[in-house]
Amino acid sequence: MTDTALAPPQPPVKHSAVRASRLTDPAVGVWLAALAVTLLGWLVVTLDGGTFFSRANIVVILSNCVALGLVAVGQTAVILTGSLDLSVAYLIGLGTLVAAETMESGSVFGAILMVLALSAAVGLANGLVVTGLKVNAFIATLGTGFILRGWIEDNYTGPAGKVPASFQRLGYDRIGPVPVSVFLLVAVALALWVLLKHTRLGHHMYATGGDEHAARLSGVRTRRTVVLAHVLCSLCVGAAALFLASRLGAGAPWAGTEARYDLESIAAVVLGGTVLAGGRGGVAGTLGGVLVLAVLDSVFNQLSVDPFFKNVVRGVVIIAAVALYARRGSRRSA
Amino acid sequence: MTTTADATTANQPAPHRRIAAALGTGAPVYGLLVVLLLALALTDPGFYEPDRFLAFVKRAAPLVILAAGQYLVIVSGEFDLSVGAIVTAGVVVAAELYGSFPEAAWLVVTLALLLGGAVVGLVNGLISTALRVPSFITTLGMMLILEGAVFYWTGGSPHGSLPEGFRALGRGTAFGWLPWAVLACLAAGGLAFWLMRSDFGRTLIATGDSERTAALAGVRVHRVRIIAFVLSGVAAALAAVLVGGFSGVSAQAGRGLEFEAITAVVLGGVVLGGGRGSVVAAMAGAFSLQALFTLLNLQGVSGALESTVQGFIVIAAVGLGAADFSRLRRRRHSSPGGTPS
Amino acid sequence: MNRRRLLVPAAALCAGALLASCSSDAPPDSPAGASKSADTSDGKDSKFFEQAEYDRQMKLMDTEPEGPDAKPWEQMLEPEMTDTAEYKKKGSGGTHLCFSNAGVFNPWRQVGLKTMKAEVKQHKEITKFTELDAQGKDDKQISDIQELTGKGCDALIVSPNTTATLTPAVKEACGKVPVIVFDRGVETDCAVTFVNPIGGYAYGAVAADFLVDKVKPKGKILALRISPGVDVLENRWSAAKVAFDKSELDVVDVKFTDGDTSKAKSIVADAISRHGQIDGVWMDSGATAVAAVEAFEDAGVDVPPITGEDQQDFLEAWKDKKLTAIAPAYPTFQWRTPVIAALRILDGKQVPKEWKLPQPTVTQDTLDTYLEDGMPPLHYAMCGCDKMPGFPEAWGGKK
Repeated sequence: MTDTALAPPQPPVKHSAVRASRLTDPAVGVWLAALAVTLLGWLVVTLDGGTFFSRANIVVILSNCVALGLVAVGQTAVILTGSLDLSVAYLIGLGTLVAAETMESGSVFGAILMVLALSAAVGLANGLVVTGLKVNAFIATLGTGFILRGWIEDNYTGPAGKVPASFQRLGYDRIGPVPVSVFLLVAVALALWVLLKHTRLGHHMYATGGDEHAARLSGVRTRRTVVLAHVLCSLCVGAAALFLASRLGAGAPWAGTEARYDLESIAAVVLGGTVLAGGRGGVAGTLGGVLVLAVLDSVFNQLSVDPFFKNVVRGVVIIAAVALYARRGSRRSA
Repeated sequence: MTTTADATTANQPAPHRRIAAALGTGAPVYGLLVVLLLALALTDPGFYEPDRFLAFVKRAAPLVILAAGQYLVIVSGEFDLSVGAIVTAGVVVAAELYGSFPEAAWLVVTLALLLGGAVVGLVNGLISTALRVPSFITTLGMMLILEGAVFYWTGGSPHGSLPEGFRALGRGTAFGWLPWAVLACLAAGGLAFWLMRSDFGRTLIATGDSERTAALAGVRVHRVRIIAFVLSGVAAALAAVLVGGFSGVSAQAGRGLEFEAITAVVLGGVVLGGGRGSVVAAMAGAFSLQALFTLLNLQGVSGALESTVQGFIVIAAVGLGAADFSRLRRRRHSSPGGTPS
Repeated sequence: MNRRRLLVPAAALCAGALLASCSSDAPPDSPAGASKSADTSDGKDSKFFEQAEYDRQMKLMDTEPEGPDAKPWEQMLEPEMTDTAEYKKKGSGGTHLCFSNAGVFNPWRQVGLKTMKAEVKQHKEITKFTELDAQGKDDKQISDIQELTGKGCDALIVSPNTTATLTPAVKEACGKVPVIVFDRGVETDCAVTFVNPIGGYAYGAVAADFLVDKVKPKGKILALRISPGVDVLENRWSAAKVAFDKSELDVVDVKFTDGDTSKAKSIVADAISRHGQIDGVWMDSGATAVAAVEAFEDAGVDVPPITGEDQQDFLEAWKDKKLTAIAPAYPTFQWRTPVIAALRILDGKQVPKEWKLPQPTVTQDTLDTYLEDGMPPLHYAMCGCDKMPGFPEAWGGKK
């Protein structure tokens, strides 16, 4: 597993690119897993007397991917860099509130800018606390989350604001069986994918996550990279907040926390084959991980599984999937 | 595992580093604790009356015990996110057991819970080591499984309530003045302290510092980590007994405790990723956190802003600790957010 | 190798482009049309206290309900009946009832769901009951509602997770199937009926008035709330505040417990030592009431007048410890009513546009009638389930 430790880490960029391409496997694996879960779900649901591939069901699965997908894609960026963001859930809540309130009194465009600016600011704060104050990301982002929570609790007493019908179309319109919001997710994911694979910043992110020390020695400005990763993550979370605002029609303070987007997004990222310690993985796998969770949810719905039992299955699936990757990984390096 | 370990780290004796680390990373938390305790004295002059202070320690006991358990896992380079779920599950299971066997002796139920905690820890440990699943994910999955399973079993809420006999450990007092919880806390703390001074403690820190070096030096790293997880599970079960005793049946007894425990450990200067920090400082971190909660409560900070203040203080305290002693930590290579492999 | 990574998103894009070319028009079931009428909803902001609604609830508390006395879940207050002939089920065959549940994340909802399922069992004409659980996620509940409207339900019951945010989804569903909303409302009146008890203002006021009555003037009141930002709970507190502001009582602390019993106990203990004494405790819900009572006991002082909820452990403590207490309720029997309403609607019978249920309070006089021995500690007494088949075992109780 650690056979890639570089002795004199001279060209980390090239090195990490080579490493990344060799590790396409988890991403492919998770898409295969998604396919398997889908087929299995189809089989079980059909045996149960339902129809799994109905148009309505496909729409539901796809639209359930969007919010978690956007957050998880952002989370991928920070995790790749070797960091972590636990403040996403509160940022989503605050984001929907800011979006809905600004849209109620002002323009949709202004609201989008406001939310993205807010997100960027939170991401910047996270990044600076992690790099500047050297606070571990786990604690730093937990702390920012608490700060946001206090802010929400002090200023809002429940859902607030109103999203105009025009913007709600983002949450409800669809083209054929594909909700338009899925294109938002694909666009964001594609942008991040290009950034990770084809820009200097992306290569630096992989290098920083792989071995921060080595990356710094070879000239990567690791601090700036980590800060930028946090900003990117928060921007994705901002996009998720905008999507949720359009879908909910109002700002909801606890939209992010009740859905546990913090831990769920991390689970999706790891399910997608990205290594929690950083340096390996990618956006494509994360999307696969999100799809697995969404399909599972849909199967549970179709079979009316007890909600408590769902959690048991989800827990088992997450652990089992990651155990599988770990096996593959170790076999290869052996 | 391949062997590209550089010889320099292998040669350094572990105990040296441990002492340096204990002094270096632990100091800020004691300062923080003193400041908070002084602030409490100023806010509320009666705070140091013996029974009030003992009540404070009693209240802090579950978190201190959780922090001690969490410390063992963190210092070995892992995470345990399942402890909050173990506390919830423990309380609910105890109530469910009393629903079926109202006459059960408190000692039997308590031991059953501790055993259950050990089993959960064992599973966490085995999955994290033998199956090589990062412990963050193992214990996150375990959290989902435990919460789901326990409520699936009880149909949403427990069927019995906790009798006084069982609750005495968390609520009652010995000799009419000394809360049992304080004794339990002292016992657990003493045990953890002794453990860290023993051979096991040294191998634990060595494992967290550099798994490869430790393995080369003959440490059975898997076994060491599994034991750490088991102890964390037992600590969480003990915390469940105390929490259930203190406040009775609740379907959300342990909510958020995993984050509080990790925060406490990090406040104590213990480095996530392993290999640095002392267990006493971790427990001092738990006391600090509880003192902070109490102070915020007594100060009458607007209820809603409490979490904001808490967030700022935690970040500032950890930041301060990191800033003061960043030089000592230069050697640390592992990434900030994750667990090494 | 890199090219293979390109394939996935590229394929997604191509697929998207293909789909876009085959049907680019907005689907007929999109809410774009429906939401044009969005301005009919009042877009209210729960941030501010609403005098009119407060007055209405106060008045309803004194109103005699219509309907059978022994079955409060079939009673209604000041009903304005609406015609449902258009929803009358055509043809024979069983009824397929669907239910979108916000979640079962607290004991109140668990007791409620059990009660609803028992109610469904009592009606043989319901041959299929589909329940989807949103696990507290607004976004998932929207999808759940969309999914249910495609499942051939005869009627759809919705218990919204959040007031404002499910409005678009419910509007969309209204066009396809008769919708019954209960517990929390939505900001549209497109549902055939909205079942709910009198409301949060009345809840908070009953509890506060009790303290105003029982606690001597200048007495120190501690208010314990679950968490800020939840509209129902905000209503309870704002009504209580009105009562306290008018009285001579002194509210010394307002604290949030997060529904955590340990935290509640600590807060009460701190308040006792900080203020010397506490003369009354107001609560916005009952989950932590027993912990508060114990905090007084552990501090060695008498338990002052206290308000709780109809949760079993509190009622037991009240009786055993002879507390001066009151327990307003947000009755769980309201989970029975939507099923009854759905069957009436499918039968073409009239139902009230807003089905206001009575909201009984447990007082010293009625304590014995509501307290049922052998029920689990987190049971809610006001479930209206004690005559249903399977009681008490199905609710976790013992005979």
